Amino acid sequence: MTAPAPGPTPLSRAPGIAFIFKKALISALVALVLFSLMIGIRTEAGPTGQLIYWTRFGDLAAMVATVFGGSIAVELLRQWWGPVGTVRIVPPAVQSTLAVARRAIAPVLLIFTFLVPVIFYDQRYILDLGILVLTYVMLGWGLNVVVGLAGLLDLGYVAFYAVGAYSYALLATNFGLSFWVCLPLAGILAALWGVMLGFPVLRLRGDYLAIVTLAFGEIIRLVIINWQSLTGGPNGVSGIPRPTLFGIPLTPGDDGLAARLGIEFSPTHRIVFLFYLILALALLTNWVTIRLRRLPIGRAWEALREDEVACRALGINITTTKLTAFATGAMFGGFAGAFFATRQGFISPESFTFQESALVLAIVVLGGMGSQLGVALAALTMIGGFELFRGLDQYRMLVFGVAMVVLMIWRPRGLIGHRAPTVFLRHSHAISSDLVKEGHG
Amino acid sequence: MSGDSILSVDRLSMRFGGIIAVNDLTFSAERCKITALIGPNGAGKTTVFNCITGFYKPTSGTMRLAHDAGAQIQLERLNDFRISKLAKVARTFQNIRLFPGMTALENLMVAQHNALMRASGLTFLGLIGAPSWRSAEKRAIDLARLWLDRIGLIDRADDAAGNLPYGDQRRLEIARAMCTEPALLCLDEPAAGLNARESAGLSELLLSIRADHGASILLIEHDMSVVMEISDHVVVMDYGVKIAEGTPQDIRDDPKVIAAYLGADEEEAIAVMESGT
Repeated sequence: MTAPAPGPTPLSRAPGIAFIFKKALISALVALVLFSLMIGIRTEAGPTGQLIYWTRFGDLAAMVATVFGGSIAVELLRQWWGPVGTVRIVPPAVQSTLAVARRAIAPVLLIFTFLVPVIFYDQRYILDLGILVLTYVMLGWGLNVVVGLAGLLDLGYVAFYAVGAYSYALLATNFGLSFWVCLPLAGILAALWGVMLGFPVLRLRGDYLAIVTLAFGEIIRLVIINWQSLTGGPNGVSGIPRPTLFGIPLTPGDDGLAARLGIEFSPTHRIVFLFYLILALALLTNWVTIRLRRLPIGRAWEALREDEVACRALGINITTTKLTAFATGAMFGGFAGAFFATRQGFISPESFTFQESALVLAIVVLGGMGSQLGVALAALTMIGGFELFRGLDQYRMLVFGVAMVVLMIWRPRGLIGHRAPTVFLRHSHAISSDLVKEGHG
Repeated sequence: MSGDSILSVDRLSMRFGGIIAVNDLTFSAERCKITALIGPNGAGKTTVFNCITGFYKPTSGTMRLAHDAGAQIQLERLNDFRISKLAKVARTFQNIRLFPGMTALENLMVAQHNALMRASGLTFLGLIGAPSWRSAEKRAIDLARLWLDRIGLIDRADDAAGNLPYGDQRRLEIARAMCTEPALLCLDEPAAGLNARESAGLSELLLSIRADHGASILLIEHDMSVVMEISDHVVVMDYGVKIAEGTPQDIRDDPKVIAAYLGADEEEAIAVMESGT
């Protein structure tokens, strides 16, 4: 082997060519069995309903050969890399550079986000994508309170998003209330639903909790579809008023913002406004969450995730602690929902499927449960990355899936897995993810 | 037991289906004293603890807690977290139950949850950073610092509790229970898994807790050196019933206790004792 081998002897772990070939052969054999029917034979129903089939042994051979070659390549790579558990000594210079980079990443990202509308003023696509990413950052931060801090697995988070969106849509279209009045109302209503969901599920833990929250998400969606007189059913609610800058509409008319400022009207103004609106909402979510973590309630959430029995022994009321976690997470979901409704101008039950819950949960898990920066990075990766692969059209999902799998192998506890202490006497050391529990209820 | 008892357990029974874990147990723990509950494995000691601390609802019997101020609390009527919150009974666990992913300091802060919740105006005052909250938080950190200092972990305050050595985790759990400012401290095998030196340190810590804080302690323990050294009163259980109680010296010489521990008949135990002396 030409491997650069500093440290432990490479010979002891090099199993030799015979081993590699054997492994590759087994992989190829498995591939042959798997693909012989899937790729080797193609069947189709003929025009009169009879079975037509033809063989594609060439493709099959190519596939098996790829697996054989790939297996050898992977094995060689693994030998070159060495055992997974080994501690790699990183030069101090590189380490300190990495530490600086790690500390700088959050402020740099924040400043860049503030500048996005300035830099990409002409590119509507990027602005829209930015709004989308920020919406998911906000949803991720909201769900992070429930899943990341309190350790309660919630698969129905989209329900609160829907409650918020419909609250704003219905209040605004029926009663003509403005966005700024409806925003807190949407949050309060969503929090109320969070408490209503919370009560029956408090006794459930782990998988059972996940199933009930999943069902709750579906119930909300089905109620919206079927309660036609209120929600318009599958037709949704249209004509939702656009947000105003504290009463000043962003329209080309005489009383619009552009006319008042004496500048030429451009539809981009509204997009930029929406961008800063969602940025402000997301930062509010972040600020409140960071504050809450340092308050007794936030510490109780994390303690609940670590050990519920110990919490009871310390006199912590588990019921109210869980309910507040649900309500807080739901409230942020409600805010995000109201924003979504005002941005789209039209909402229908189709926007609130399980797919959305799964996506937001994936963002939280991928980001590293409990880490605010991790969630933001994960939202950027998931939503932005998904757009990045748009050119691959039909293979987009495949590439995306592989990327996710690789990421989770590389970082099983999420992008930022360690936990930052909420209070310290002298130094704040990050706590390794091995010690932090995921929670089970 | 006519003294000033903080906890009086009267005819406590606990059944699990057909199994009687605790049968008609009556004992009391005196104020500012260390009462030890001992007995062979499976004698029902931890079940008694779980009844006292609200993790189990006893099948029958009463448990009365008398606070300094004279308030009497029937523990069997409270459940769950209220025992710790209202009755001020704190406990530790046989298998340590710290919050491993939180620092030692954070563990002690979580223990002060109820006091801090009140100080933070149910979170709202804390969210806006009110001065009253800031000073309350500072006081809470000072209390935690005091306890970290007492258990000798002040230098490891910012390390994750799960990273501490076993003996330190035991002491941290006791400190965490003390941070709830309890009237009665229940310790479930605090010396389990400790070496001789650590056990001695633990005895010292418990004695100082009793002396400096006037805490009443109820402990389950298998390590007889600890029990004999620090307890004022010992209650011995076997198969769910009380078989003896008295001072450590009385217990040491009681043939029934020796029989229970050696798994032998009473006559045999007496024979063993007589041959030994």
